[in-house]
Amino acid sequence: MSHSDSSGAQPAILSEVDPIDFPRATLVENDRSFDWITDKICGIIEGKTPTWWWVCFALACFVATWTVAGITYLVATGVGVWGHANPVNWAWDIVNFVFWIGIGHAGTLISAILCLLRQKWRTSINRAAEAMTIFAVVCAGIFPVFHVGRVWFAWYLFPIPNSNYLWQNFRSPLEWDVFAVSTYGTVSVLFWYVGLIPDLAILRDRFYKAGNKTRSFLYGFFAMGWRGANRHWSNYEMAYLILAGVSTPLVLSVHTIVSFDFAVSLLPGWHTTIFPPYFVAGAIFSGFGMVLTLMLPLRAIYKLEDLITQYHIDCMCKITLATGTIVGYAYGMEFFIAWYGSNPYEGFAFINRAFGHYAWAYWIMISCNVITPQFFWFKAVRENTAFVWILSIFVNVGMWFERFVIIVTSLARDFLPSSWGYYSPSIVEIFTFFGTFGVFSVLFLLFIRFLPIMPMAEIKAVTPQGDPHHGAH
Amino acid sequence: MAASTHGLIATFDTAADIYHAAEKVRDAGFTNWDCITPCPVHGLDGAMGVKRSKVPRISLAGGITGFITGMSMIYFTGAVDYPLIVGGKPLFSPMFAFPVAYELTILFTAFATIGGMLILNGLPMHYHPVLKTDHIHRGLDDKFLIVIESSDPNYDSAKALLESAGGTEITEIES
Repeated sequence: MSHSDSSGAQPAILSEVDPIDFPRATLVENDRSFDWITDKICGIIEGKTPTWWWVCFALACFVATWTVAGITYLVATGVGVWGHANPVNWAWDIVNFVFWIGIGHAGTLISAILCLLRQKWRTSINRAAEAMTIFAVVCAGIFPVFHVGRVWFAWYLFPIPNSNYLWQNFRSPLEWDVFAVSTYGTVSVLFWYVGLIPDLAILRDRFYKAGNKTRSFLYGFFAMGWRGANRHWSNYEMAYLILAGVSTPLVLSVHTIVSFDFAVSLLPGWHTTIFPPYFVAGAIFSGFGMVLTLMLPLRAIYKLEDLITQYHIDCMCKITLATGTIVGYAYGMEFFIAWYGSNPYEGFAFINRAFGHYAWAYWIMISCNVITPQFFWFKAVRENTAFVWILSIFVNVGMWFERFVIIVTSLARDFLPSSWGYYSPSIVEIFTFFGTFGVFSVLFLLFIRFLPIMPMAEIKAVTPQGDPHHGAH
Repeated sequence: MAASTHGLIATFDTAADIYHAAEKVRDAGFTNWDCITPCPVHGLDGAMGVKRSKVPRISLAGGITGFITGMSMIYFTGAVDYPLIVGGKPLFSPMFAFPVAYELTILFTAFATIGGMLILNGLPMHYHPVLKTDHIHRGLDDKFLIVIESSDPNYDSAKALLESAGGTEITEIES
């Protein structure tokens, strides 16, 4: 249905200027029916577990053991098993934390901000992106919790009355971070679960019909007796909108507060006001990189081309391009301010980043984050799925290096040359970090096996059949 | 009507059909009835005469509670229970307390919103007569259903109305 034929008398000017009629992009290709959408998405769960799933799952479990082993060794021995030494007492742990939290941000952007902006293309990717958010927060949480060393005291981070009669210092951005990240994790899970309720009800009924009482009971238990009543939908839609409304300031505040961990300090290279918007843009950039990395293989394996169309890929690529360009601008602006601010320490910090001992990391960051997304200007690139996927990997790598560059180069060269140093990770850190990709993959594979990877009800609502006024006027 | 009947259920094929049928049921003055749809249908609230949801009020109450909780918690812990002097600064200022209060505002709003939605919807309710019908399976998949409950004062005229509105497979639901 085109935009201009909706109804009523048109302004006379329209016939004179003869505007081009832009067709609305189709969100579900081939005019698929409601029944096809249900069968397609439920079929993924109901079918036999594919061989590739078992292979990937076994591999992911193996990789995840690296994190388990690394953390067990750390708890048994002490935080000294990591490569931290003066002056770099914050390195891979916080790099990995910011990296994973940032990845989570695209999920919330898709589910919340795009919902408020009425970007209907979000519907087919939001479920998987929200799952990605939750699992990324899980991976992120591992690092701050275990870097305290004696992890059994990690509850001191929360204002729980304790035998020392001490409370937290709420002036510290690190304490703000505790609240920001735990709120973020909780609200992401709630938002995800609310979205799942109607789809779990479909699975409940389908498994009941198929005679699988156990699974019907389990899905039914979590579906809470959802029956699709419109008086329920009315409250549900309102609740969903409000959750989107509060998640939007939440996602912006989380990475802002993460950036305060650095910006509120006095260290050259950290002490800058550009950090909050720069971190948020970077987070969304890295998150969309990860969404593309995950969704493109899923689309190919499960033949979801009708639901994740070329238009969806185009949109994701363009957001990656936009946020990547913002990040590139921020890199340039940091340099400009370092020069314009005339602070010799600040100036040195930036020259040192680009040409010092860690120049290799800096130039990996620049090439992955500034140059890679520029390919997305070209339609031919966006239509080449394999190439988009490779570029998305570069984005992930680049954003990890961005955090490494910001954190490690600034700490390794602070005010006094006598305290300068060079940081290298220990083998324990390396395995702990790479193991988190296994943890993430295990969780994500379980998700695609047992839960609907797309919100069926939301997709139906954006098809022409879901619109009561379609062709009626 | 017999006490063992929950009501009547009718099937409609398209979103437009149920939209217009809902208008007719609303105009006929029914109160205890509902539409069952696989997805939220735009404008159906108006067609049914359903009032604007009250969830936002509960959300607002949750948000205010969260903000007050955050501010008062930080005031109590840092300025009353164990005065914590940091850098000679005042014991309490809303400035440094703001980020935590802000996060708690959002956290409490989210819980209030979901709790409010569930309470207003009367969920969880794992047993409901409608869930026993065969229709519900299609109603969550690709059909649109109208249920008129037997407790409605106009229930006697329900069947004729549903037929005239274009409903098919009109059957009684056991309670």
